[in-house]
Amino acid sequence: MSWITGVGLTPYGRLEGRSTVDLMSEAATAALADAGLERRDIDGLICGYSTTLPHLMLSTVFAEHFGLHPHYAHAIQLGGATGCAMGMLAHLLVESGVAKNILVVAGENRLTGQTRDAAIQTLAQVGHPVYEVPLGPTIPAYYGLVASRYMHERGVSEEDLAELAVLMRRHALMHPGAQFKQPITVADVMASKPIAAPLKILDCCPVSDGGAAFVVSRERTGETGVRIIGAGQAHTHQHISAAPSLTRFGAAESVERARTAAGIALRDIRYAAIYDSFTITLTILLEEIGLCGRGEAGSRARDGYFDHDGELPLNTHGGLLSYGHCGVAGAMAHLVEAHRQMTGRAESRQAKDASLTLLHGDGGVLSSHASLFLERVR
Amino acid sequence: MNPESRNEAADWTRGGEAVVYQTCADCGTAWYFRRDFCPTCGGGHVTDRQASGRGTVHAASLVTRAPSEDLRALAPYLIVLVDAEEGFRMMAHGDRSLKIGDPVTVRFVRFADRLLPYFDPST
Repeated sequence: MSWITGVGLTPYGRLEGRSTVDLMSEAATAALADAGLERRDIDGLICGYSTTLPHLMLSTVFAEHFGLHPHYAHAIQLGGATGCAMGMLAHLLVESGVAKNILVVAGENRLTGQTRDAAIQTLAQVGHPVYEVPLGPTIPAYYGLVASRYMHERGVSEEDLAELAVLMRRHALMHPGAQFKQPITVADVMASKPIAAPLKILDCCPVSDGGAAFVVSRERTGETGVRIIGAGQAHTHQHISAAPSLTRFGAAESVERARTAAGIALRDIRYAAIYDSFTITLTILLEEIGLCGRGEAGSRARDGYFDHDGELPLNTHGGLLSYGHCGVAGAMAHLVEAHRQMTGRAESRQAKDASLTLLHGDGGVLSSHASLFLERVR
Repeated sequence: MNPESRNEAADWTRGGEAVVYQTCADCGTAWYFRRDFCPTCGGGHVTDRQASGRGTVHAASLVTRAPSEDLRALAPYLIVLVDAEEGFRMMAHGDRSLKIGDPVTVRFVRFADRLLPYFDPST
């Protein structure tokens, strides 16, 4: 058994003058305070990567800077799935007795630490260096290809996708830390600048600065406990040219592994934290995992099903699309928000019963999947 | 390794006007990204083959926001995934009129110092 004993999150957006380790430190400080732990209590450290600080040994760079002397430390890299995968690893390490309190932390000045072209080019390198990257695809183009096929086969429209951007923005307006503060409509999304058809700029997450952290512990510390009850992964390919399918990915398989470990039914979950790098990403994940029917994600979003007071609250902080996306910490904000929901600290966004949560992240081009189930214990 | 696999065919990634794929003599798999073993069965009887250049559009995205200054000269450009008739899938550029399911034929366009595969509607 493992417990998420504390969480920390910075605002996302343009945070001038903050480096990767600054943002990691700010989030880590908040997570330790939330857990009621001191630096000396942390015996394990797991971090992700930063495109603005591409160091061989980021975990120990951070440990030295922050003042930690862990028994166990390293970084992992799994694109957008890194946050959930770090949670899974911390859970397994705590369960196996390797460490008592593991700090999981990420941060990056992805927006202000480099030019926009540099960020876009770095990210596009997940494509094949010989067969894809020379053609000039971007991350939105890889997802645009997926979207074209998924929409063709499943009867999803651009307006359906836009509903998810509107939903995430609606949620972000209720969180003071979110990057975007202005409401948007489906018409705004439809009229926004084309990026990689059918994706327009409001179908895409922004580039942000920010940091997030959480502590995974053997013993619970707070009044309300949140424990990890199941975790799973699935990896089906790396490059979109080699994907087995553009309409079915590893999400369902990953969630099924985690669900089996948790011993619960999918219909029992009361809160969903699902990766949303693009509106098509969220659409496919919701539909493939089975949180709604095929082709239903947009209409469910429009009808309030995923609102904080709806039947299955989803990414109530605004997700990557509107809270912001600063790399590895991007999806960790989903976990932080889930923890706040589960412990009754989500303020005006509070869902009525976030007792059981599914977290799911995808990395690459829907190629790497990691899933966690979290349970509240009073 | 099978001597045939020593065929160092100059495909577009090496500056030649060709699309080259590989097949496995043991299990029959066809694939695109070159390597010296079969990704399905692990067998080493790999043959390089030149593709016909004919296929069907599987997915398409018109890229308006290019990643770099040099590629901005081409934008907007259509990126396609094409299912080659030999049974592998590849990424390329394509005519902006292309839609999913269209039959297509490859040609090669020179851009900066490289050659890019470009699909037109089959006539």
